[in-house]
Amino acid sequence: MKIENLSSLETETMSNTTQLLRFITAGSVDDGKSTLIGRLLHDSKSIFEDQFTAISKTSERRGMEKVDLSLLTDGLQAEREQGITIDVAYRYFATPLRKFIIGDTPGHEQYTRNMVTAASTANLVVILIDARKGMLTQTRRHTFLASLVGVPHIVLAVNKMDMVDYSEDTFNAIVAEYRAFAAQLGIHDVTCIPMSALNGDMVVEHGTNLSWYKGAPLLEFLENVVIDYDVNTTDFRFPVQWVCRPQTQEYHDFRGFSGRIESGGIAVGDEITVLPSGRSSKVKEIVTYDGNLQRAYAPQSVTLTLADEIDISRGDLFVHGGAQPQVAKEFEAMLCWLSETPLDLNRKYIIKHTTRTVKCHFSRLEYRVDVNTLAHHQASALNMNDIARVVMKVQQPLAFDHYNKNRATGSFIVIDEASNNTVAAGMIA
Amino acid sequence: MNARTFTHLDALESESIHIMREVAADCKNPALLFSGGKDSIVMLRLAEKAFRPAKFPFPLVHIDTEHNFPEVIACREKLAADLGERLIVRSLEDSIRRGSIVIKNPDLPRNPYQSVTLLETIAEFGFDACLGGARRDEEKARAKERIFSFRDEFGQWDPKSQRPELWDIYNTRVHHGENIRVFPISNWTEMDIWQYIGREKLHIPSIYYAHEREVIRRGNNVIPVSRLVQPKPGEKVEIISVRFRTVGDMTCTAPVESIARTVDEIIEETATTRITERGATRMDDQTSDASMELRKKEGYF
Ligand SMILES: Nc1nc2c(ncn2[C@@H]2O[C@H](COP(=O)(O)OP(=O)(O)O)[C@@H](O)[C@H]2O)c(=O)[nH]1
Repeated sequence: MKIENLSSLETETMSNTTQLLRFITAGSVDDGKSTLIGRLLHDSKSIFEDQFTAISKTSERRGMEKVDLSLLTDGLQAEREQGITIDVAYRYFATPLRKFIIGDTPGHEQYTRNMVTAASTANLVVILIDARKGMLTQTRRHTFLASLVGVPHIVLAVNKMDMVDYSEDTFNAIVAEYRAFAAQLGIHDVTCIPMSALNGDMVVEHGTNLSWYKGAPLLEFLENVVIDYDVNTTDFRFPVQWVCRPQTQEYHDFRGFSGRIESGGIAVGDEITVLPSGRSSKVKEIVTYDGNLQRAYAPQSVTLTLADEIDISRGDLFVHGGAQPQVAKEFEAMLCWLSETPLDLNRKYIIKHTTRTVKCHFSRLEYRVDVNTLAHHQASALNMNDIARVVMKVQQPLAFDHYNKNRATGSFIVIDEASNNTVAAGMIA
Repeated sequence: MNARTFTHLDALESESIHIMREVAADCKNPALLFSGGKDSIVMLRLAEKAFRPAKFPFPLVHIDTEHNFPEVIACREKLAADLGERLIVRSLEDSIRRGSIVIKNPDLPRNPYQSVTLLETIAEFGFDACLGGARRDEEKARAKERIFSFRDEFGQWDPKSQRPELWDIYNTRVHHGENIRVFPISNWTEMDIWQYIGREKLHIPSIYYAHEREVIRRGNNVIPVSRLVQPKPGEKVEIISVRFRTVGDMTCTAPVESIARTVDEIIEETATTRITERGATRMDDQTSDASMELRKKEGYF
């Protein structure tokens, strides 16, 4: 990352206020995703000289007139040879207001799984549309996937406005159609921005061609969108990761429970319940390397000690007052199948949910969703990139929330015990 | 602390602690690969934050090329002693003696061979997970690598068959003989590292700060004179103020001209610098745009 002309004083204030925003881009092949990311990096001065020299040389070699900014996000050798992006790559840049992590997902037909993967950690998704083409099947799919994975903010980037004479009417028509579709999925928080990634209009700078548009350019929006409430701030959830037992003279009786607060907050003296056992105790100390705290909030990593000695191990969940998780051995979930090997209903799998790993099997396939039409179909098998509603049974009870209430306690991955591969992503609903 | 005072460094730190604890809890026999460089020094602080007041649930492992700057080795010894943690050192010289590494000239860069000794060390101790301080912003090939990066029996990375990584639920399972490399600071940039070193007041090798040093210029590179690199006839030795942005093999790590003597001054320089960390300092990565990727496939970190 780099920011020009900051005094060290300014740099310091930056590090004390900058937040972290994770976003992804989604679009069909050739909608201009790579160009847009290149433009963001270039115009925010996050491109280094040696990187720029490398892509200038490549552009020249390929006989291009201008430097092709999309080359910046080119990843691995094999892909470079094939000329397409086939995986998720992460980029970093920062402005004085925020640090950004971009999950770059390919627009290729087959890669539902990559988008789901990248979306799972994102605060925001930028969905690209080519202004000449308007809404496509892929646009619907990407929007559905974003809503399935619960990405909190959506930006619709109507790109290549230069190819439609920067027409406000064209933009408005696309926006109207998109909003109508998004409303069907229950999405209302959409920001629509017209732009030309190629010329740079409305990416970092306003430019002069889109003066009828009164909103902020993309970067300004990304810098200012409020993300504080993207995590559940009310319900305390603390999955125990690690039991800290120093067994030294000084800390002879110390028994701490280390983990990350996934949602809500906790204070010394608060009563907590340990799930699934249901036993209770009080928080005695909130221990960190930098000293004990009186209160702590998501997403801090801390170590808690309790007033009572109760049997607790990795995989247990601490909760406190308010809305309680469900504790059950059977639940329904939306599943995205990620593996080339199809689901086998006769087999047992493993699921990892928060810090707990248990055996499971699929007792029923309710339906498969056609990601293009959103229609539900009967299903007897699941293949890579399929999305389906399933009923799952687990060997030991899990304490969980619905995914739309709590991303951390409502999500899980499915692992194939034979190959050890991650074969599916699940959202309890 | 509330959401408003939780900085990007706090967010990165908490994520890294979470990853380290997952490794400690889920892997049978992990190790932390420690180079003495700034990234691995940040890793040590993160491990302290993850596990204190207990000891680390893994040893520190250093794969020594014997081409390290003396300041780096001194810092390694001091840190391991201050922390009171177990340090395992394995040297490329051992592999050369065993015949598993054959080199033409002992003074040439040794980075390409590090993977051999690393794999031998992994086999010797039966490590199933190695924590490393690589960052995704270092190089294009890394940008696609997972935080939990799976290696086959030969230590090889297959970029095409990476496990999907969703939310922060990590799949730590491996078959016998396989292992995972885990990169808890994947999402940190060079700037984040410097800001964190400043915030945590971390002790780093002195050569990261500007100092007067004898150098020779070869092409665009500024090369430090050392026991391994002596001027060729006709080359002029200059004394200039430099600092190192990375501290690898003495024969192929170039310093940058700098007068930044404090972390704040380095942060300021980093904020205005125009060259990536690798581009500036690693002569061996410049040979080909894809050289890092090839080395990763061979089992290099
Ligand atoms: N006219 C015009 N062309 C664009 C714009 N953005 C991207 N392109 C071009 O569209 C093509 C595909 O862009 P690219 O970024 O590679 O698309 P990706 O496949 O979505 O990554 C390239 O030839 C770009 O130069 C734009 O705003 N206007």
